[in-house]
Amino acid sequence: MSTSEDSLITTEVSSERTGRSDRPDETVLAARDLDVYYGDERALASVDVEIPEHKVTAIIGPSGCGKSTFLRCINRMNDQIAVCRVDGDLSFHGKNVYDDDVDPVALRRRVGMVFQKPNPFPKSIYDNVAYGLRIQGFDGDMDARVEEALRGAALWDEVKDQLDSSGLDLSGGQQQRLCIARAIAPDPEVILMDEPTSALDPVAASKIEDLIDELAEQYTVVIVTHNMQQAARISDKTAVFLTGGKLVEFNETAKVFENPDEPRVEEYITGKFG
Amino acid sequence: MSTDTNPGPGITGDAAATDAKQRNKRARQVLFGCAAFTVLTTLAIFFVLIDNAVSYFYGARATEMIFLGVEPQSAVGLIEFLNVRELLAGEARWAPEHATPSHNAWPIIFGTLAITVGAAFVSIPIGTATALYVSEYASPQVRSKLKPTLEVLAGIPTIVYGYFAIAFINPVVLGPIAGLFGINIGRYSMLSGMLVVGIMTIPMVSSISEDAMQAVPDDLRNGAYALGATKYDVSVSVVTPAAISGIFASYILAVSRAIGETMAVTLAAGFNANITANPFSEIMTMTAYMVSMARGTSAIGTIEYQSLFAVGLVLFCMTLVMNLLNDWFKRRFQEEYR
Amino acid sequence: MSDDSDRKRRPDGGTATERNRGEELFADIDLRREHLKNRAFLGLIFAASMFGVVALALLLLDVVTDFYVGITEFEISLIQFFTVDGSRRPENAGFFGAIIASVMLMALTAVLSFFVGVGAAIYLEEYAPNNRITRLIKANLSNLAGVPSIVYGLLVLAALVNGIGVGPILLAGSVALALLVMPIIIVSAQEAIRAVPDGVRNGSYATGATKWQTIRQVVLPSAMPGILTGTILALARAIGETAPLLMVGALFVNRTPFGPFDRFSGMPTQIYAWAAEPSQHFIHLAAVGIVVLLTILLSMNAVAVYLRNKYETAV
Repeated sequence: MSTSEDSLITTEVSSERTGRSDRPDETVLAARDLDVYYGDERALASVDVEIPEHKVTAIIGPSGCGKSTFLRCINRMNDQIAVCRVDGDLSFHGKNVYDDDVDPVALRRRVGMVFQKPNPFPKSIYDNVAYGLRIQGFDGDMDARVEEALRGAALWDEVKDQLDSSGLDLSGGQQQRLCIARAIAPDPEVILMDEPTSALDPVAASKIEDLIDELAEQYTVVIVTHNMQQAARISDKTAVFLTGGKLVEFNETAKVFENPDEPRVEEYITGKFG
Repeated sequence: MSTDTNPGPGITGDAAATDAKQRNKRARQVLFGCAAFTVLTTLAIFFVLIDNAVSYFYGARATEMIFLGVEPQSAVGLIEFLNVRELLAGEARWAPEHATPSHNAWPIIFGTLAITVGAAFVSIPIGTATALYVSEYASPQVRSKLKPTLEVLAGIPTIVYGYFAIAFINPVVLGPIAGLFGINIGRYSMLSGMLVVGIMTIPMVSSISEDAMQAVPDDLRNGAYALGATKYDVSVSVVTPAAISGIFASYILAVSRAIGETMAVTLAAGFNANITANPFSEIMTMTAYMVSMARGTSAIGTIEYQSLFAVGLVLFCMTLVMNLLNDWFKRRFQEEYR
Repeated sequence: MSDDSDRKRRPDGGTATERNRGEELFADIDLRREHLKNRAFLGLIFAASMFGVVALALLLLDVVTDFYVGITEFEISLIQFFTVDGSRRPENAGFFGAIIASVMLMALTAVLSFFVGVGAAIYLEEYAPNNRITRLIKANLSNLAGVPSIVYGLLVLAALVNGIGVGPILLAGSVALALLVMPIIIVSAQEAIRAVPDGVRNGSYATGATKWQTIRQVVLPSAMPGILTGTILALARAIGETAPLLMVGALFVNRTPFGPFDRFSGMPTQIYAWAAEPSQHFIHLAAVGIVVLLTILLSMNAVAVYLRNKYETAV
């Protein structure tokens, strides 16, 4: 995954993002001493992290380091896995989402998610976008919300004349933007993205990257990526997980890529390891 | 392998290799014959049914007319067989073996359709619900017990279901209910046939629907859960629509099986061909008619004997249409999820 | 962005941290109705799932009860039941002839269907080119599997019993059963052959073997357990089939057949004959017969499952 190209690009940490970076950080999500086990295997080890509002936080690290596990903890998608056990504290606006009185269904209505492989439902484009609103009992102007979400996902102009055709007829990049539209239509606060561009070609991936930049105006974005250039390009903050599910560095993206505290992170970023 | 070219020793081989090739070729031909035999079976079914049904309608078998030059004569005739005017007037009567015979087949077609529709009302909702439960809700432990139980249900011979109907469903379950309406239930009833065929076909609907639901990728379920969907939302608005052509295939199969079902229906619904809306009255399906003929002693060549094949032909065509439809749904489903 | 007027925007326009902390965090999302709906749905489909289980339990309970009542109240002697042929008088009736007939039927059916069925499966899996004829054979196969069993009885009745004139003999019955289970055997044999890894085939081809040599010496031996399992399950289906035997004419006899050319009545046809009688004594004889039939079926399935497990773990 790491090439010499990585180390060349790492210096190009976006500076035009300063407008967003200047804002004071309001913590939306905070993990304290978070442990996750799959059966006996420890997938996350004592993770501490504070994710700021209306910013893009990238999570990078080698394969199997637990970065996707961490992401799936945030909206409790790990609940679907029977052997998965979570210890410690993961709070959303100060409320531990693993408290007994937190309903994962309610949590997921506040925290949207986009997956690695585009997974539109075998329904029309319109119905895909409207799905979240429908199950949440939305009874306002559905057409307007669908259009807004598709515009928000930069897909409206491409599909406005074929809203009734199947979401599966779109190209891979369009499908992923449809999934983003589906995620933002119910207007969540946080959007989790699990390697959203890894299944796409470079052109489609760059469209999604531009989109993520825009989404951060309205939403808190947490993105898992194994592509370090991507993390450097689009994120404000970067968390680096290394093997064993340990978070080894979490800081401003520029700092992480230019002058990391941990020597192992520097090695990883410059491609010596990972 | 031709022998007149001589590309040198070694590659085209010696006598043993040629022999092996010959044998391979012969094996291929024999095996093709085995596979072609299945097609012959279908053709034979068509041939036998049509040949004898023609005799029912025209007084002589198709082969007799073609090869022996036997002139067709007026026998039953298709118009009498499927006389709609009599049906609408409520005068349709199926009694080929009666002293004053009548050959209007609508009463037994009605019998088959009534049982099929009634059974579908049992098997489709219950089978689909079972499939959803097993596929989406049940814990692995429950699933590992429920699925084999349903397989046992599917493996029980139809004659045993027939016994269940005549010894239990009709007298013990339906008898008292009919009594509430002041009806004295007989040995047989239409409702008993509907119920027992419905129960028999539940495992068909549930297992094939469940297979279809299991084939829906988890990506889709996760996509919905991530939007804050409940399990109900995922089951009803994601999994079911995504598996719908496979689910329909299971319905068609169950309906097809109900149409051709013989022993359970015969022992449950009886032998009295009549068109009725009373669920507690005895009726006769096409298959039950065929069994009643097998119980009787009609001589070969009589019109009663030939009627067997006319009815068989109608039955065969009905299930054929269902099977083709089932194939179509199955193919559509396989195209959607490979 | 389009018109926001009808949206439930966050009231304070965004600074969520000031807003709902702690317990009230999800207060504006009321899921009680949805969870109720979910639970009601679960209750409904669970009840539906239990319908089949309860039906099966009732069926078995009914059969066992009638079996017990038959032995106690109607004094059906099991020794007599297993040693005597059927009879018009219930107190003299036994199942021996029917059991023997069914065993003979099954053996003949196995011989008639196994070789042709496995041959067809080999052709379809190993030789068949992807052309129109192959597609026709495959489509026809799935159609044959859906043909009502009684139609196979009609075919044999017209073609053999009366056509050639062999009469209602046991061989005719087994021809009908063989045609009936042929598609099942072919499909299960196809699956077993398909499960043989290609590496095994290539190893044989690499030694210069022809296709047929490869099939006979490598593919068939490793597919055989699967083929046998499928065949046993197919025969278990055949032994319970009633309608084709009735059409062939297996209703008027209740003695032990001498051989394949003798007239016969198998277990299921004998059960039908008893169950269709109005006398309660006959009904209970049928129950005893069903217990015997189900026991045999269960044993056959157990053997099939045993075979499958044994060879699945070996591979």
